[in-house]
Amino acid sequence: MADQAKFADQAMEYMPSLYSAAMRMTRKPVDAEDLVQETYLRAYRGFGGFQEGTNLKAWLYRILTNTFINRYRSQQRRPDETELDDVEDFYLYRRLGGLEGAKATRSAEDELLDHFTETQVKDAVESLPEQFRIAVLLADVEGFAYKEIADILDIPIGTVMSRLHRGRKGLQKRLYDFAVQRRLVDRERGPEEVASVAEQP
Amino acid sequence: MSSDEVRPGEPDDVAAWAECRESLTELYWFLDGELTVQRRSLIRTHLEACNKCLETYDFEAELRVAVSTSCRERQLPPGLRERIAKVLIEMAEER
Repeated sequence: MADQAKFADQAMEYMPSLYSAAMRMTRKPVDAEDLVQETYLRAYRGFGGFQEGTNLKAWLYRILTNTFINRYRSQQRRPDETELDDVEDFYLYRRLGGLEGAKATRSAEDELLDHFTETQVKDAVESLPEQFRIAVLLADVEGFAYKEIADILDIPIGTVMSRLHRGRKGLQKRLYDFAVQRRLVDRERGPEEVASVAEQP
Repeated sequence: MSSDEVRPGEPDDVAAWAECRESLTELYWFLDGELTVQRRSLIRTHLEACNKCLETYDFEAELRVAVSTSCRERQLPPGLRERIAKVLIEMAEER
């Protein structure tokens, strides 16, 4: 059983990552601040039930996601989740990977960062249906293991894997849509810029 | 698509194709650190030999880095940490 007096010492260091996750979940700074504050209050109250020596970060994320789901889910429209079923594996690579031959001297990293701005990647994540978005945030941003995510979300590991799989495919689909959109924009500016953008399959 | 273009999971020879299929199936588990040491090392060996799979892995790994970097907020909003610390102190005093 954990001592509440120790709570601040142990829990405050996770605030930046909890806030980042809260921003991607709520999409609004004001809501994200509220969500983080609410998370800390609930965590403080419940800290007596936290088993010391277990994963505090995962425990805080569990409170964060539960609070988010309880407080904000009702306000959100539910996007069509079945659309992700039609996206094949390695969707983006199959479309953008072909560019590598033309730029043998450049690293894959340069290439990806050339294609997408941070804002676009963020937008793509935020556009995912809630349950896939949360899975992707926990795995790809926070680096939680499948088992930890299963505990945080109270779902079986198989469900974690399937949400991650669909979430990542959806993310790739949206990034590709951005690349196509940008090509249209670039086309108006002139042909030089068009060359740097993905060819459509 | 031209014939020499990268097509993950579709190399010419059948044995290699099976190996690639396996490797690509486990790609996300590999990147997620969810494979056993033994499976990891088998996949690594395959990647050293198979450029097509390696490129797919690299692409997915770089995308992962881009997602992780882009989704992190650089800083907390001003005053948030102090505000939360203050509320926690008040709650402690109320007890």
